[in-house]
Amino acid sequence: MKSRFFPLLVTFLVFSAIYAYCYYHFSSFGSMRVVCNLLRDNAHLGIAAIGMTFVIISGGIDLSVGSVIAFTGVFCALMITREGMDPYLVFAIVLGMGTIFGAVMGVFIYYFKIPAFIVTLSGMFLARGMAYVLTTESIRITHPLYIRVSKLVYIFPDKGRFTFAAGAFLAVLVIGIYLAHFTRFGRNVYAIGGNDTAALMMGVPVGRTTIMVYTLSSFLATFAGIVLSLSKRSGDSTITVGAEMDIIAAVVIGGTLLTGGVGYVIGTFIGVLLPGVIRTYLTLEGSLSPWWIKIVVGGLLFGFIAMQKLLSTRPKLFSFRRQVRPTTVSTA
Amino acid sequence: MVEMEKQVLTPVNENKSQKATNFKWRNIFRGDNRALWTILALIIILLADRMVSPTFFTVRMINGRLTGSLINTLDGAAPIILLSIGMTLVIATKGVDLSVGAVMAICAAVSAVLINRHEAGSDNILYYPGFVIAIAILVGALCGLWNGILVALFDIQPIIATLILMVAGRGIAQMITDGQSPTYTDETLAFMGQGTIFGMPFPVYVAIIALVVVYLLVRRTALGLLIESVGINAKASHYTGVNATVIKLFVYIISGICAAIAGLIVAGENTYADPHTAGMWSELDAIVAVVIGGTLLSGGRFSLVLSAMGALIIQSLRIGLYISDLHPNANLVVKAIVILLVLLLQSKEFKQAVGRLFKPVLKLRPVFK
Repeated sequence: MKSRFFPLLVTFLVFSAIYAYCYYHFSSFGSMRVVCNLLRDNAHLGIAAIGMTFVIISGGIDLSVGSVIAFTGVFCALMITREGMDPYLVFAIVLGMGTIFGAVMGVFIYYFKIPAFIVTLSGMFLARGMAYVLTTESIRITHPLYIRVSKLVYIFPDKGRFTFAAGAFLAVLVIGIYLAHFTRFGRNVYAIGGNDTAALMMGVPVGRTTIMVYTLSSFLATFAGIVLSLSKRSGDSTITVGAEMDIIAAVVIGGTLLTGGVGYVIGTFIGVLLPGVIRTYLTLEGSLSPWWIKIVVGGLLFGFIAMQKLLSTRPKLFSFRRQVRPTTVSTA
Repeated sequence: MVEMEKQVLTPVNENKSQKATNFKWRNIFRGDNRALWTILALIIILLADRMVSPTFFTVRMINGRLTGSLINTLDGAAPIILLSIGMTLVIATKGVDLSVGAVMAICAAVSAVLINRHEAGSDNILYYPGFVIAIAILVGALCGLWNGILVALFDIQPIIATLILMVAGRGIAQMITDGQSPTYTDETLAFMGQGTIFGMPFPVYVAIIALVVVYLLVRRTALGLLIESVGINAKASHYTGVNATVIKLFVYIISGICAAIAGLIVAGENTYADPHTAGMWSELDAIVAVVIGGTLLSGGRFSLVLSAMGALIIQSLRIGLYISDLHPNANLVVKAIVILLVLLLQSKEFKQAVGRLFKPVLKLRPVFK
């Protein structure tokens, strides 16, 4: 077994253990209702987190996603409700805007060599600020399309509602896995994250790939905003404040190395659901306080980062192959 | 070895020689004169504020308290200045501290909960205001120590190491206050945020004292030089005998202490500690202040005074937008544009690109060699 699978394995085991614990206490965790709610409630975070996975694998970071989600929601609500525009047209416009936004950030990061951290930070201010400028009130959307989408559910025998948002989440997940592991773009992303100088020398188009990674992240964040707008049927500029940190935490818990080059999209999927499971458990339990989610997520984050650190400094510790110990060479 | 020493010592040499001998007017527009650009930006923004509101520079004495937009700016900038002092040192070592907002919330929560016990009639000496402040600062130092251990001993990327406390910190603050936002009436703690000495708000004094103390600490000892050398090339400075671990621990602890004092000030202003919103976004304000002040995120040369000026720039922008007829919510947009402009001005590649574009006209030279 390769050591790079190890973080993914741990993520999976931790998730299984926590889910089993929850199931042991509340049998409703076995129902499709809880599963569907988990998918629905975390759909927007998950979609954005899949974009973030690519960014982090490429060795960068994108702090703007939470604000982009909020901006998209506000923009859709304003254009559809106030201006009476066709929703499909609005979606096309906002997706175009998100794509350009990401591409511009990518250009700043690659061509002007400004750290991704601070470029996307100002992207975050910009998107959130634009959302505030558009409006600070919550706007309801009552367009027929939104009603139609909200009725677009598959109902399981035990009344679990598989909504459009959950479907979109799973679809993006599948596309993300395909992009990361079965396309040239995906391989380039891994190559840049591993060592961008080496990648450049191998002929990987580093500039184009870097810009595309941030474009993809912003595009998916915009899509996440549309999905959230469809399921909430409203636009609010104050939602998803700090969501980028939850998303980064989810990606890390999902086993992606923050130094870049190693990670799996499916791990991010689990990393997103993990806090959701804990939240559901705390809701059902009732006696525990909500702040434990943050503390538990922080603890998990610490555990995974510590494990990754060990993994990168002592890789043999986690490799299940028998190792031949190198004989020590005495240096004069 | 010679190479290495050169690398370590260059920034300071440059700094001194520039100040002492090499000052020439034609160098002003070459961009490596960072102080000038920052001061110029501050003056422009203050003048813009003055244009927006004719009474901006008017300071009146009302009830023994100076009032006016300028005083408000200083008062509001004090917590950001405090945070930016710690953040400057952290960024100079090629790190970043995302947890300062959460640490502010934790320390505000600790102070409010402890002082509430004092107000409830507890005689325990630990709950006396002076001790409460000391304990809150100690808690901040501990938070800094935790970050420092993760960064210096476990060698984890600073963004990620401090992200842990940023995520968990608000949870911890809520746990301390039991999910409430406790209010208090204690005069000493309220004085931290609301008090005045000679008409001037107390937070301004705190910020200035902190600035002077840290400045003397790093510039009148070798500490500043060592911090810069760790930030420029940790490996080279290790080989020259600099204990990078201790330096990093030190800067994160200073950052934690500064965050604790800022948390006490913010709590004192409202006389309550809100674990949800105390210090929200302030880590970003602090980072932006440092970047505007010309300290590069890649570590090395730093200037505490310029960072403090960066904090003043942010606050005067905010106040200016607040009193202007502009959209009240445009603050973040303007801030984003200012950061981007500053970043572009600092970017060697950008200046080269612009230089190529205007070379025939302006004969711009690339700046950082």
